[in-house]
Amino acid sequence: MSPPRGTDIAALVALDRNIKEGEFFGLLGPNGAGKTTTIGILTTRVRATSGDAWVAGCHVSDNDVELRRRIGVVPQRPNPDRGLNVLENLVFHGAYFGLSTSEATRRAMDLLGKFDIADRVASSVDALSGGQQQRLMIARALLHEPQVLFLDEPTVGLDPQARLALWTILRQLHADGRTIVMTTHYMHEADELCDRLAIIDRGQLLACDTPEKLRAQAPGTTVVEIEVEGDVAAAAARCGAVPGVSSATVSGNSVRALSDRGGEAVPALIRAIEGAGARVTNMNLSSPSLETLFVSLTGRRLD
Amino acid sequence: MSALVGTSKAHSAGRPIATSQIFFAMLRRDMRVARRELPFFLLRTTMQPLMLMVVFGYLLPKLGMMQGNYTTTLLPGVLALSIALSAVQSIALPMVAQFGFSREIEDRLLAPIPVRLVAAELVVAATLQGILAGLVVLPAGRLIMGPIPGLELANIFQVLAVTTIGAAAFSALGLFLGCAIQPQQIGLLFSTIVGPMIFFGCTYYPWAALSKVPVLKYAVLVNPLVYLAEGLRGALTPGAPHMDPLVVTGALVVLLAVFWTMGLRGFMRRAIG
Repeated sequence: MSPPRGTDIAALVALDRNIKEGEFFGLLGPNGAGKTTTIGILTTRVRATSGDAWVAGCHVSDNDVELRRRIGVVPQRPNPDRGLNVLENLVFHGAYFGLSTSEATRRAMDLLGKFDIADRVASSVDALSGGQQQRLMIARALLHEPQVLFLDEPTVGLDPQARLALWTILRQLHADGRTIVMTTHYMHEADELCDRLAIIDRGQLLACDTPEKLRAQAPGTTVVEIEVEGDVAAAAARCGAVPGVSSATVSGNSVRALSDRGGEAVPALIRAIEGAGARVTNMNLSSPSLETLFVSLTGRRLD
Repeated sequence: MSALVGTSKAHSAGRPIATSQIFFAMLRRDMRVARRELPFFLLRTTMQPLMLMVVFGYLLPKLGMMQGNYTTTLLPGVLALSIALSAVQSIALPMVAQFGFSREIEDRLLAPIPVRLVAAELVVAATLQGILAGLVVLPAGRLIMGPIPGLELANIFQVLAVTTIGAAAFSALGLFLGCAIQPQQIGLLFSTIVGPMIFFGCTYYPWAALSKVPVLKYAVLVNPLVYLAEGLRGALTPGAPHMDPLVVTGALVVLLAVFWTMGLRGFMRRAIG
């Protein structure tokens, strides 16, 4: 199925900037932000209705065949060739990129070993776990040694252990100097892995910088979540009046306060809640994050 | 509005890869998968034609309910049916699955080859499978139905030419259907397209015999199976009534061009958003 039309121009607007060689670039945004469409355009799978894009020196529509030779793509959902076993998936992929069977087999065995699935060479791809299939997809994308690696939400649907294993692989690839473009809607993942991030929503670029600089732009500095027993609404209203607190909202049975003075506002917040006749049962402080930046930019949470 | 990923200059171009090399790698992939699935392929594509020949070409004549020389009409018709069904199914069913839910065609769409050649390769692979079905059904038919009055193998090149062009035309039709229908509509493919095509495709009767029902005689001309069946009649049983081989060949070439144009358009629409 083709991606929704009409979003492609906006998606490209969002990426109206350059990604440097050797950079790990993240496209962060909620579902429907235009991330997959952007990747689609840059990998020649979606035609842009306007604008220009070059990847690894090739124009996306004028030189698409050569461009495909220079990129590797890891899809959002693993799409191995189900007619072929694990090794054949890689060897035939190599053949599509002009590699001889012996060279493709050598590289395939090397990558399968590196990604810890060497014992599954003769397995049907359906016998692999989700994490193993995703690692096979990365091995496939790397087999022809592309200049730029694209990953579209590579960790969606993976358990935490498989996700961490994938992060290790991606960090290693980045350390090897490969240019990586990754989409994700996981704030933490983007923060952990990327050199630079573009935050996009509904096809519009909201912010683009290093994770550190983006975090520094986050307003409200510290988020104080206070679990309350009693009248939460009244407690929130009183918290909002505490000096240094820019806003206080109700979230379930908690008050979420944005404090410009970090943890300093905490004693005053507790007094305000007790003054409203409620009792504090739990408290959590989180420092400025991409999450708080995203909420301030869009007025909604990322996921 | 522009985006630049990596470098603005094309560097480390490496050695060029011949397009034909990639095309044949994809063909090798399809042949590998086809060989692995051969028993299922044969069951899927030849069961129905073989059963038809058992009942209409062996059983009914034996029971005296049908004339023995009916097999002369039946053999080329059933052969055409096998080639057509096999070619259509070999491409349409994988296309529905691969564009619909498994997305496994994407690896080939990301290969450094023009996307239309990926479609062309799929048509070539399905054509070969159509020819293979014909090669199995022809001798099997002779075995099941016994000696066929008027059967000649003198025009073997004509048989091969009609089979190849016909199989290619039906493969291109399969490409179009496979790109046009959604997975949940797959049943409709058989009930509304394949079914009527079989029954009104001059498989069980020669086209000339339809003179008794003139409306039908001209209506069935929209059915591509008519030309393949009549073409095989002209080549295999030239003594029996059949359409002019030149007309048949011309019609099959035109159908191939039309189906390929339609199929390629559908394929490109699915392949590039």
